[in-house]
Amino acid sequence: MTLPFTTPAAAAPSRRRPMTQKTVTLAHGGGGSAMRDLIDDVFLSAFSGEGRAAPEDQARFDLAALMAHGDRLAFTTDGFVVDPLFFPGGDIGKLAVCGTVNDLAVGGAKPVALSCALIIEEGLEVETLRRVAASMAATAQAAGVAIVTGDTKVVARGACDKLFITTTGIGVVRAGLEVGITRARPGDKVIVNGLLGDHGAAILNARGDLALETTIESDCAPLNGLIDALIAAAPGIRMMRDATRGGIAAVVNELAEASAVGVRLDELSLPMRPEVMGFCEILGLDPLYLANEGKILAVVPAEEADAAIAALAAHPFGRGAAVIGEVTSARPGRVVMRTRFGGERIVDMLVGDQLPRIC
Amino acid sequence: MRFVDEFRDPALASALVKEIGAIAARLERGRDKPFAIMEVCGGHTHAIFRYGLEGLLPDLVEFVHGPGCPVCVLPMGRVDDCVAIAERPEVIFTTFGDAMRVPGSKKSLLQAKADGADVRMVYSPLDALALARRNPERQVVFFGLGFETTMPSTALTVQRALREGMTNFSLFCNHITIIPTLRALLEQEDFGIDGFIGPGHVSMVIGTAPYRFIAEEFHRPLVVAGFEPIDLLQSLLMVLRQIEVGDARIENQYARVVPEHGNPAALKAVCEVYEPRETFEWRGLGSIAGSGVRLTAPYAAFDAEKKFAVPDVKVADPSSCRCGEVLTGAVKPWACPEFGTSCTPETPLGALMVSSEGSCAAYYQYGGMRGEAA
Amino acid sequence: MCLGIPGQIVAVADAEAMLCVVDVSGVRRTVDVVCVTEPGAPLEDLVGAWVLVHVGFAMSRIDEEEASATLKVLAEIGEAAAEMEALTQGSVELLSTPR
Repeated sequence: MTLPFTTPAAAAPSRRRPMTQKTVTLAHGGGGSAMRDLIDDVFLSAFSGEGRAAPEDQARFDLAALMAHGDRLAFTTDGFVVDPLFFPGGDIGKLAVCGTVNDLAVGGAKPVALSCALIIEEGLEVETLRRVAASMAATAQAAGVAIVTGDTKVVARGACDKLFITTTGIGVVRAGLEVGITRARPGDKVIVNGLLGDHGAAILNARGDLALETTIESDCAPLNGLIDALIAAAPGIRMMRDATRGGIAAVVNELAEASAVGVRLDELSLPMRPEVMGFCEILGLDPLYLANEGKILAVVPAEEADAAIAALAAHPFGRGAAVIGEVTSARPGRVVMRTRFGGERIVDMLVGDQLPRIC
Repeated sequence: MRFVDEFRDPALASALVKEIGAIAARLERGRDKPFAIMEVCGGHTHAIFRYGLEGLLPDLVEFVHGPGCPVCVLPMGRVDDCVAIAERPEVIFTTFGDAMRVPGSKKSLLQAKADGADVRMVYSPLDALALARRNPERQVVFFGLGFETTMPSTALTVQRALREGMTNFSLFCNHITIIPTLRALLEQEDFGIDGFIGPGHVSMVIGTAPYRFIAEEFHRPLVVAGFEPIDLLQSLLMVLRQIEVGDARIENQYARVVPEHGNPAALKAVCEVYEPRETFEWRGLGSIAGSGVRLTAPYAAFDAEKKFAVPDVKVADPSSCRCGEVLTGAVKPWACPEFGTSCTPETPLGALMVSSEGSCAAYYQYGGMRGEAA
Repeated sequence: MCLGIPGQIVAVADAEAMLCVVDVSGVRRTVDVVCVTEPGAPLEDLVGAWVLVHVGFAMSRIDEEEASATLKVLAEIGEAAAEMEALTQGSVELLSTPR
């Protein structure tokens, strides 16, 4: 594939020197050769390959090449802070690439390129940065996007928590495709691409404060390939969102409000791992509010639902795909869940974070 | 999950609902108001809303959500004391997640944390003790909160601390007991509750004998219930069956977990470590004699109230709150003028909006606004 | 009040400290077992037992016989309801049968 931005001409003989220090210091943010060594040795070497940015302050794109993919530009940004930096199923680097790729893809865009800005706390081990950079590179490659520009800053100890990453991405929206949170209509089906709550449970557990042992891993994954398949199977698709913070409950509530429709979820059809259910039972959490990093919620016309589920289920990131509810005309703006007994309850957004409870 | 899924079977639920409907139909003659059945425990309230059980019941039967949410009934003055302890530089203040958002008169523990206090959420008091072992130079305080269910866990933790000779662990004891409060409720004039769903996990510690006075003196049936939806529906049916034949007995639906005589090892630890306070204040209900406990003399070294001078100031609830009336079933949450307007889960004014187990918060979260309850 | 959840004891973590490992749907946690131990009995006897866990403490041994007894009562209510339903439907059919 030709990438729609300029690739550097053959570089002059490199003056790059490998990093020798074991930890990052304020000197690495000072703009001098220490900073250049850090960027060259840790980041550029990881992000090298076709499409690697020229040593300019900006990446440049050939508009005609971009327009071959569609007729609108999609542009998004997201900040990533996670404790711990490495967790079962992923790390902050993978998260930062997937999060922005997915934010582009759910708008119907083909993700093209990312920038990444890192705020590094002094004292962070260089080896940690290398692992994060390698993870970003691997994830970007898997997602078929390039990391084309970036920035690093080093801040004093205590001014940030180890490492913060901001990724910004551009993509091109397919011509003719209109998806959006206001487009759901009564009768449409609400679908998800798999097991819910894995990421939220994995992170909460990885912090270690709860002293629980599980095999739950984050579902963190780039979903642009899956979304391509979904759009092909359900061309009338109304909307997609990745169900990150606030879980599917937050997305469904936003959708109900924005489209002025009711949504009726079916508790029995929510795909969930037994371990995640056990985790929630122990801590008194509601899995509807647990974050996901590899799950989208989509609304499709009823007649396209079967094809959508089949397409999702055929993809590695869509194995547990399911119809979890439908859009209704009752109680616009409200989300109601049919419980396993045929009872009903309203599913609202959370006020703040979900905290483990004993009561 | 074993001992869980069996008690979430929809087919059984529908059979129980039919049977409850049949009893209600028989009882309907000559009745102008619904039978009010109080589930004492906040865990039951939570399950009722989570599974949408209210919507399954006939009009003649309603749940009244009782005072059994330790977070809801915690008075603001005690939260202020927590904040005062937590803000001491030498202290790591540990708590169950529930208590983080409870508002004091100035701030919650969550706000105190944001302001720099070292406040940490733990799953178990044992984890607080482990934190004390790992941080010998710091004072670790555990916020002891909850009814009889939770008392053995903190008592056994304090006993471990004593055995290990620890000097940097203490307990800020806010444990409360449900029995004196039930009596106080029953002694109110025009207390319109026809029967009780008894708290299952309190009962696994104390057994079923302490409830006898409810049947003997006040002639109300009580059925100790488990926490799965089938448990609740079956217990409700058992209460209604007693009402139908004019019985008032203490029954145990949750016998798989609740032994008739409770848990001797747990009770032993509780009696060694705790003694009743003369009185303890409940948010929304006022002071109730003998309803709180404190550490006994042999464990005084682990009493955070003694270790750190706490301000111990009483703070009155806003006068417009009708929490007390909601707690006793006299009014529904949406009858309160503050409900959903100035009192929301984000900015709770009254006790019952504080925790997801409080009936106001549950109606707000699961039922929507003003009588829109599903 | 008082979240408690059934779990199965799968291992002894520290016999002297009276700690065992409990499994809840694949999630494991070390819990205090003082309240569910017969005095003097070895902790190994607990392995396999189902307990009710609250804030890191096993608070009650779940009585499988009592659980079955409760489920039996429930099954009977279920059967009775089913019979009642059949009966009601039968009588409706009877009423609607043209004579």
